[in-house]
Amino acid sequence: MSAVEVPRSEQAFLEYVQAGGQVEATDRLPDEYRAKLVKFIEMHGNSELMGVLPEREWILRAPTLQRKLALTAKVQDEVGHAQLIYRVVEDLGKPRERCLEDLVSGKAKFHNVFHYPTKTWGDVGVIAWLVDAAAIISQKALLKCSYAPYARIMKKICWEESFHILHGRDVILAMVTGTAEQFELVQEALGRWWGPLMQFHGNPIPREDDPMFQWRIKSQGNEEARQQFLEGYVPQIRELGLEVPDPKLRRRDDGTWEYSEPDWDELRTVVTGHGPRTADRLAFRARFLEQERWVRDLVLAA
Amino acid sequence: MNEQLIALADDELVIGWRDSEWTGVAPLLEEDVAFSSIAQNEIGHARAVYELLSDDADALALDRAVDEYRCAPLVELRLLVWAHAIARRWLYEVADEIRIAALKGDADPAIAGLAAKIDREEAYHRMHAEMWRERLADTPQFRAAVAELWPYALGILPVEQREALASRVGLDVVEAVERGTHTDELADLLEEMTSVRRSAPAGAQW
Amino acid sequence: MIFEVFRQDRRGAAFEHAGSVVAPDAEFAEAWTREQYGRRGESVALWLVPRDAVHVVDDWTDEFDLKYRRVDGYSIKARLKEARERAADRTR
Repeated sequence: MSAVEVPRSEQAFLEYVQAGGQVEATDRLPDEYRAKLVKFIEMHGNSELMGVLPEREWILRAPTLQRKLALTAKVQDEVGHAQLIYRVVEDLGKPRERCLEDLVSGKAKFHNVFHYPTKTWGDVGVIAWLVDAAAIISQKALLKCSYAPYARIMKKICWEESFHILHGRDVILAMVTGTAEQFELVQEALGRWWGPLMQFHGNPIPREDDPMFQWRIKSQGNEEARQQFLEGYVPQIRELGLEVPDPKLRRRDDGTWEYSEPDWDELRTVVTGHGPRTADRLAFRARFLEQERWVRDLVLAA
Repeated sequence: MNEQLIALADDELVIGWRDSEWTGVAPLLEEDVAFSSIAQNEIGHARAVYELLSDDADALALDRAVDEYRCAPLVELRLLVWAHAIARRWLYEVADEIRIAALKGDADPAIAGLAAKIDREEAYHRMHAEMWRERLADTPQFRAAVAELWPYALGILPVEQREALASRVGLDVVEAVERGTHTDELADLLEEMTSVRRSAPAGAQW
Repeated sequence: MIFEVFRQDRRGAAFEHAGSVVAPDAEFAEAWTREQYGRRGESVALWLVPRDAVHVVDDWTDEFDLKYRRVDGYSIKARLKEARERAADRTR
């Protein structure tokens, strides 16, 4: 048996990836597939990078040396992920510099949760624990991505995300076992983040209708991911005495979670660049991108 | 309390806190990651020294009044411009090497041992700083930054060690911005860095 | 320059491709990959190889099914069964 040939026709390629086949950067890829890959992976890279900013504000305010180190390391990991992911995009034909330009000009998107403010240290815990938990569910499913170079870096990314969840949960545990005010900070942050968390995995379109699933860039549907999140984390939230702010939330006998309809209009508004902190975060990133352009030019000119 | 040690720890703490601010906005993503590691190392060194001096490293690091800190003005400056950040890293690392080398010969084995440990990690910082210095050396931005920060860098070291620093970096000894005075930027930093900590009664766990 | 990065998990293990880094020279590549692939002590060694230096071979032909060089070229099950039966007959 000789090495598997990646099919040349688009239809055969589609069947190949749908049967679990994986491809490499050097294979001949249908234009449509390449375009979808770039869009998807670039948004992931953008999200890692923009995900740094809400937490970065708290790097200076971490309340103990241990928390300072752990939070700095977590935020550092996110930038490291952006580096790995943009590298994959670059090999697909779109240079990092252009990704960053499209990001700060508002042309490219990033995940909804990174458009919101971080108001207290409670947010730092909720982001590291629950936002990263939601993200790791999507990222674990990407281990099976049809584009192998992307699937491969996901191993390292998931490994590092698992530290973040530990760090986040530890922050939360310290606060819920602390003063009444500290407990309240967590409850209040959970209240603010629950809506965006429920929107995080996207609207529940059937996975067969999702082009990212058709090309097996994604390997799970949006609702599948959300159910997995609820199944894994609602019990963990509740056992700490925290209240999930959704009166309709309940687990049916068949194991499916029922919940109030997430605000899909809010999701659309936010990810199209109209979130509460979208503009100033992009402006902040753009400022440094511009300010230090000469350094990049000087270093990368070699 | 050992003045020299507390000065070292405060320098490492504050420069680490300052450099951690580059996470997310450095000129290259690779440098966000590198700067962040260096910042974490510096804070780790500070913590190790505080632990040598006290049972409660966090309290010593974070609960003092501004005028009780012994850090030099060089590390206090908020330098969110790359040429300046690199100039400071480079000058600081060269000065730190001289100071740590002296501490490695300390009569107290706990101090000498810790200095040797710190030095092994600083070797990587020096490599990083030197690599960047070479790259930026001919730019007006970097030269201006070095000129501006040089009097501050001298303030890291006691007078008798300054000649060594000057000869290593190829500059002349000038009047230093001395340790013992603080910039306004330190007060602002401490205000921000302890804001969460001060929001709960002393002794609260985080 | 693009450097392909290979990392070794522990001494004695094979180096595995881990990704790539864009850097102006080997010195920067070293500083940056130390951080990206080693800051948690997860690698004991790295190989940084300029991408241009990698010579790729990925086309193989086996038109005449020469499988005697592989494990699946040998199906001994049926013959082994027969040999055992005959041996049993002989000792009977």
